[in-house]
Amino acid sequence: MRRTAPIIQRIDWLTVAIVVILMAIGLFNVASATAGADAVDWFDWGSKQGKQFMWVALAMILAGLILVIEGEFFIRTAAIYYFVNLLLLVAVLAVGRTIGGAKSWFSFGSIGIQPSEFAKTGTALMLAWLLSRNNERISNRNNLVKAILIVAIPAGLILLQPDAGTVLVFGGMILVFYREGLSGNVLIAVFCALLIAIATILTGASLFEYPAIGSASAVGILWFILAVLGTFIWSMIPQWVLPRKRKRVRRAVVFSFIAGLVMSAALHTGLEEVLKPHQKDRIHVLFGIDVGNPDADYNIRHAKAAVSSGSWTGKGYLQGPMTAYGFVPEQETDFIFCTIGEEWGFVGTVFTLLLYTLLMLRILHLAERQRSDFTRIFAYAAASVLFMHYLINIGMVLGLAPVIGIPLPFISAGGSSMLGFTLLIFILLRLDAERFTVLR
Amino acid sequence: MNLRERQVVIGGIFVLITLIFIGRLIQMQLYSSEWKEYAARLTEETEQLEPARGLMLDRNGQILLNNMAGYDIWFTPRKCRTAGGLDTMAFAEILRMTPAELEREFRRAEAYASYRPSIIRKQIPAEHFARIAGELYRFPGAEARRRTIRTNPTGLASHLVGEYREVDQNDMASNSRYRLGDYKGKSGLELQWDQALHGKRGIRHHIVDIRNDYRAPAQEGLLDTLPTPGQDIQLTLDLDLQAYGENIMANKRGAIVAIEPSTGEVLAMVSAPSYATDLLTGRERGSNYDSLLNHPSKPLFNRTLRATYRPGSIFKMIQGLIALDRGVIRPSSRIYCDRNIIGCHGGHTLDNLEEAIVHSCNPYFHEVMKRMIQDGSSGNIFRDAHNNLGAWSESIRAFGMGTNLGGHFPALRSGTVPDTTDYDRMYGRKRWAYSTIYSISIGEGELLTTPIHMANLAAVLANRGHYVTPHVIQHIGDLGKPEEMNQRFDTGIDPIHFETVIRAMAQVVTAEDGTGSRAQVPGFDVCGKTGTVQNSQGNHSVFIAFAPKNNPQIALSVYVENAGSGGDWAAPIASLMIERYLNGTVEQREKEDRILQATYPFPESPL
Repeated sequence: MRRTAPIIQRIDWLTVAIVVILMAIGLFNVASATAGADAVDWFDWGSKQGKQFMWVALAMILAGLILVIEGEFFIRTAAIYYFVNLLLLVAVLAVGRTIGGAKSWFSFGSIGIQPSEFAKTGTALMLAWLLSRNNERISNRNNLVKAILIVAIPAGLILLQPDAGTVLVFGGMILVFYREGLSGNVLIAVFCALLIAIATILTGASLFEYPAIGSASAVGILWFILAVLGTFIWSMIPQWVLPRKRKRVRRAVVFSFIAGLVMSAALHTGLEEVLKPHQKDRIHVLFGIDVGNPDADYNIRHAKAAVSSGSWTGKGYLQGPMTAYGFVPEQETDFIFCTIGEEWGFVGTVFTLLLYTLLMLRILHLAERQRSDFTRIFAYAAASVLFMHYLINIGMVLGLAPVIGIPLPFISAGGSSMLGFTLLIFILLRLDAERFTVLR
Repeated sequence: MNLRERQVVIGGIFVLITLIFIGRLIQMQLYSSEWKEYAARLTEETEQLEPARGLMLDRNGQILLNNMAGYDIWFTPRKCRTAGGLDTMAFAEILRMTPAELEREFRRAEAYASYRPSIIRKQIPAEHFARIAGELYRFPGAEARRRTIRTNPTGLASHLVGEYREVDQNDMASNSRYRLGDYKGKSGLELQWDQALHGKRGIRHHIVDIRNDYRAPAQEGLLDTLPTPGQDIQLTLDLDLQAYGENIMANKRGAIVAIEPSTGEVLAMVSAPSYATDLLTGRERGSNYDSLLNHPSKPLFNRTLRATYRPGSIFKMIQGLIALDRGVIRPSSRIYCDRNIIGCHGGHTLDNLEEAIVHSCNPYFHEVMKRMIQDGSSGNIFRDAHNNLGAWSESIRAFGMGTNLGGHFPALRSGTVPDTTDYDRMYGRKRWAYSTIYSISIGEGELLTTPIHMANLAAVLANRGHYVTPHVIQHIGDLGKPEEMNQRFDTGIDPIHFETVIRAMAQVVTAEDGTGSRAQVPGFDVCGKTGTVQNSQGNHSVFIAFAPKNNPQIALSVYVENAGSGGDWAAPIASLMIERYLNGTVEQREKEDRILQATYPFPESPL
């Protein structure tokens, strides 16, 4: 490919195609979810699907604009964009509108803008900017702290709204850190932490008879098991580990044990004391724990029933009774995957999953073909954000993750997420298109 | 690990999660049916389509039981609440309920399910509904659903027809076919032929929305079925005769059963006092039922099938017949009227069989039975009785006494024909002889029969020795009469013996001093026999008859409780019934007036 070829020939059309297909899936399914039992009125611009049409059009325009801007612009303005985002996140806490219990919207008439959807792109840009400067490796503790702060500040502001889903998305940046050199043990640690968390929730919800103190939460048993496990590993160190490494390993074992205990205790306390009852119920429902409230898992029961009733090929477009007759809550936004499941069946759901997987893997591929560290890091950040949305949203609908409101990229109805993801993907595509012409 | 290779780990995580999701989708969408069934339960509702219940007609096609259009009012509490409630006072007024009643129904509906409709007001007749239909929209959550109301416009034969009413907890527990608010036959023919009358329900599958409102047909209606209407049942009853019978039995207690002897078809079954069927099918059922149940004359009691009386003198004809058949007497045998053995009445001394029946001579039949039971064959009166009573009882049962008469009336009481085992139980084995049990020889003692058994006896006599099982079913739908309704029972007695008895029965009616002279019908030879059943509150007046003598069209029994002798009241009633049936009208005005004005046993509070 010639270095001077026009931009139109240098962008990665496969990614564009996947995004466009996802947007089309979104439009059709939002229309179905919106219309309910009535016929779809494609030209009703006031309806949700009419607005979605408008957002898709705006997203296209935005994509075109991004593609004609020099990539250098995004690099140079990364910090500005990031700080403007932080300001907006602060402002929304002050003057934002509360919808669904979270103060995360600026509202302009009938249109709401959610700054947290744009903050993801800002954070990705800022992270890429920091870590791509000469010799600023993440293995340097100083840089690690800076990188963590870049992610933690917007995440913290969003937590104040509170919007737990988006905070988790920021947590996905750990994949970027891993790719840039953070020890692989971090991923193992995350995995272990997840296991301990699940064990804490399960044991924390059951009562156990202690001979001395009567009945109490069984979570103590978990701590006891952790202690036994820690002692066992400690005692096996002389057999398993070379002498020169023993000191380090001993320290790691002690640290892990204490961290595990503290996390479990904190989570248990958090679950019991900090979370609101309905949030605690949602988590308990996920693990099949009877919360004594038949309405607690109402949403997820209906969601699962809708997806399940699609069978192989679905009930047909606009033919799903659960979609049409209002059984699925939030069905054009967070639960849009239910409509796909019910009306398009297994064929539709797997097709959608494969599109997302292909998109994420393609972005990894784009990332790794860069000579520019900035582009690579930004690409990884974009892939991580997409992945976390994918993981949480579909996990929720399928009953594998707790109910956390978070949109499905390019498909769920809503302007902020549509424009935010467009920004994320098309900045990447513009940077990728310049990979031969600009040396950074 | 080279940092560049870490893309494989990250990509691997992406792929792993996708594989987990796909696995979950295989489980949810392709493999497991649990969630699909849940979805179907949420979105589909089946509507039961009630078939039209079969009608009941009399033998001439006149309608006895009909269906009337009516409406139930259903109410869904949640719909009412979301629409902002309703004006209870106004609603109660158009439904013709008190506000308190309505409140109670609201609470019941709420307790059943707040998002599903339940019935709050049943069986509003069409003409009432027409006035309120336009108002109903003012009361959110209320809707009207059509239903048919069972009605018996003539109010006749209520005991026979039985009750048709809402199922109760027991019905629903014993048969899953029934759901709350369904109706079924609870007694009488409505119960006995419930399935044929009911037909088959249709089912319509609907897709419902989150508020459980019907929105669209499910499965494109392919699984829907239409209801199959119930079958009409034509009865053997003659409604005109039934109506006449109920009319002349007004203000009396008792029963009339009339049978066509050649076919066993029951022409009329009058149980007095009676009541109107519709009292027990409408909304007021509860209070009506209580007042009927507690009335001293027991109007709910079906005397035709369930009242048991001693047969009295009428039984003597059976005694005579089996005695002739066994040869212990000949028609000309004369027996001295020895009133030292057993009391008698009238001025006779040495009657033959025919005269003994006409005079109702007690010593005659005491002697006749003695010859059958205590025949001296074993040389011991106890052993004789023990050996011979069984065969005697068998002969009596051949007349239908003590049997279920073929079994077409589930409510029928068989009555009693005492057997060896019965007396063994009462007195001890071989501790009884004929002298212990002789009162059954004149139809008293342990013998018990019902009015239909006695009507059947009249039919046996009319047929000269056999009867066809009494029944009321003429046709079921277009299937005709069930074969088992034609079952014939023979007494095994030579028809020639019957002529003697029948001559006596004709004498009873026609003789100047005959006890049954009031049973005469101008222009017809009526054969009859009076009976007077001892009762401490006043004897029961009984009469059985058939007519005409040589080509019997009708055989009947008449019981009037506590009215006195058989000839005084039961015989003229039989006469009027026969005339009405054979002539279509009644010319014996005087006789009719006398009966209509009679109230037995004493004036009572009206029903």
